Amino acid sequence: MKILVCVSKTPDTTAKIAFTDNNTKFDNNGVQWIINPYDEWYALVRAIELKEADPSSVIHLVTVGTADADPIIRKALALGGDEAIRVNADSQDSYYVAAQIAQVARDGGYDLLLAGKETIDFNGASIGGMLAELLDLPYVALAARLDLAGNKATIVREIEGGEETVEAELPLVISCQKGMAEQRIPNMRGIMAARTKPLKVVEPVAADTLTSIAAFGLPPAKAGVKLVSPDNVEELVRLLHEEAKSI
Amino acid sequence: MPVLIFIDSAEGHVKKASLEALTYGADLATQLGTHAEGIVLGNMTEDISALGKYGVKKIHQVADASLDQFDSQTYCAIIAEAVKATGSDLLVLSNNVHGKAIAPRLSARLKAGLVAGAVAMADTSNGFIVKKSVFSGKAFAQVSIQTAIKIIAINPNSYKTVANEGTAELVPFAVTIPASKIKLLQVNKASGEVPLTEAEIVVSAGRGMKGPENWGMVEELAKTLHAATACSRPVADAHWRPHNEHVGQTGIAIAPNLYIAIGISGAIQHLAGVNRSKVIVVINKDAEAPFFKAADYGIVGDAFEVVPKLTEAIKKMKAS
Ligand SMILES: Cc1cc2nc3c(=O)[nH]c(=O)nc-3n(C[C@H](O)[C@H](O)[C@H](O)COP(=O)(O)OP(=O)(O)OC[C@H]3O[C@@H](n4cnc5c(N)ncnc54)[C@H](O)[C@@H]3O)c2cc1C
Repeated sequence: MKILVCVSKTPDTTAKIAFTDNNTKFDNNGVQWIINPYDEWYALVRAIELKEADPSSVIHLVTVGTADADPIIRKALALGGDEAIRVNADSQDSYYVAAQIAQVARDGGYDLLLAGKETIDFNGASIGGMLAELLDLPYVALAARLDLAGNKATIVREIEGGEETVEAELPLVISCQKGMAEQRIPNMRGIMAARTKPLKVVEPVAADTLTSIAAFGLPPAKAGVKLVSPDNVEELVRLLHEEAKSI
Repeated sequence: MPVLIFIDSAEGHVKKASLEALTYGADLATQLGTHAEGIVLGNMTEDISALGKYGVKKIHQVADASLDQFDSQTYCAIIAEAVKATGSDLLVLSNNVHGKAIAPRLSARLKAGLVAGAVAMADTSNGFIVKKSVFSGKAFAQVSIQTAIKIIAINPNSYKTVANEGTAELVPFAVTIPASKIKLLQVNKASGEVPLTEAEIVVSAGRGMKGPENWGMVEELAKTLHAATACSRPVADAHWRPHNEHVGQTGIAIAPNLYIAIGISGAIQHLAGVNRSKVIVVINKDAEAPFFKAADYGIVGDAFEVVPKLTEAIKKMKAS
């Protein structure tokens, strides 16, 4: 089986969020980069588990980004995966990115295409769905569990107030979230092996850009906390009822 | 050209998030000097024409039993047909679980620019710009859509529902329904509980609760407030609570009117998923807990004493 895992680089979860160039660009200054947690912990690790269960499987990683994404790809390869493809382009438009991955997917002929449910920077949650549409494949979003039996996938996905189990045949696109797999830490052998795994760089295909970011902004700061004594919870109830009007 | 709104439903009922999408779509239509229409898929048990009170004039319905089961591929194909048939150049839907699966498909199919996670009305004064939440609620972006057809998926709980008078005309929408390649095997829903993403009030607890056996008081408080329950990541990782309660940067992002955090330190990754809540109450025995900096109201105290007292005080207030 051939599995394609979409990975992207995001600022570390503790990174200071600030903007430059008149609030049009994310301020990279001093920012640590990580593999988007949903891509890493859930999509990639589940792919690795599937390969452990069926060692004849092949895992390819794909990212759309410039050379500064390479350390992140090597880190992903250290966890597992056989080779990586980087489409050498920089775009904030989900459609443009999905169109690049769709081309890689067509060229590679994959049975299973996994993405994280969203990136923690742009929170677009769009790549999986766009990819599925561009490839005319079924798509299961927000999957918390994936099991394979031959050509058949059983998936548990989130719904409001619960979850549902669905079944579909491969090829298939899935976006992954918590529940899928447990986080892993790369070991020394993996890190050594990753150095020599192929990282292919391909040039982007022509694709449209449908949106652009005009400006960023930060939410207004909170006014400050009003503390209430633990011996006077009635006062908190009164404030929530009369002042905040939230109960 | 009307604004078209996808009305999402489950088990024949319109979801609360779709009422927000309806209000948003109707307001946007008014702003643009046009009108709003809706589309609903599957069989409905409630009276759909009553949705006219949220500002839609007409609702297209494909009342086919095969659509009672959600599949992003079939839904996308039908909604795309509806966009064409109505001549609509603006599609509005909720960025809820179904919205997240269909909006990107529709964007790719219609080559329509998508803003997923919109939090405010579009600015149409100069171009078409929609404010969306980014960096897990730590910032926002003004996104400009450049295509002729545009799609806005609004985050649940970010647009106030307004109901006026009115009924909508219900029209069957004739369309070929593609066969679904996804088969539903089982639905697991905690009945009677408020779904986390739709909840107005969320009661959340962390490692300060010491163990799963102590969640009774958290649930009791939630019940008293008709609230949903949530938890921090280590609590879900330790299987004290189900993983679908995990909120934060790597869990579910929520924006309720009221978020009550009990025994949660307020790590930056936790805040990222809850900082869009309108009012935050923190109960923590450590006055230095970072959560107090993000809170509106707080009690420095032991949760095991404060929470039961708070529940009683709310019951008393509700009874009076
Ligand atoms: C990449 C990454 C992603 C992450 N994503 C998430 C995420 O999505 N969501 C998330 O929640 N975390 C996330 N985390 C973890 C996060 O950093 C914190 O470790 C976590 O939120 C802490 O959970 P907690 O507040 O329940 O526990 P703790 O930090 O242990 O805090 C417990 C709190 O309870 C208080 N307390 C103890 N006893 C009592 C008592 N009797 N009464 C009142 N208060 C009491 C303590 O003072 C303390 O403040 C992530 C971490 C990383 C590195």
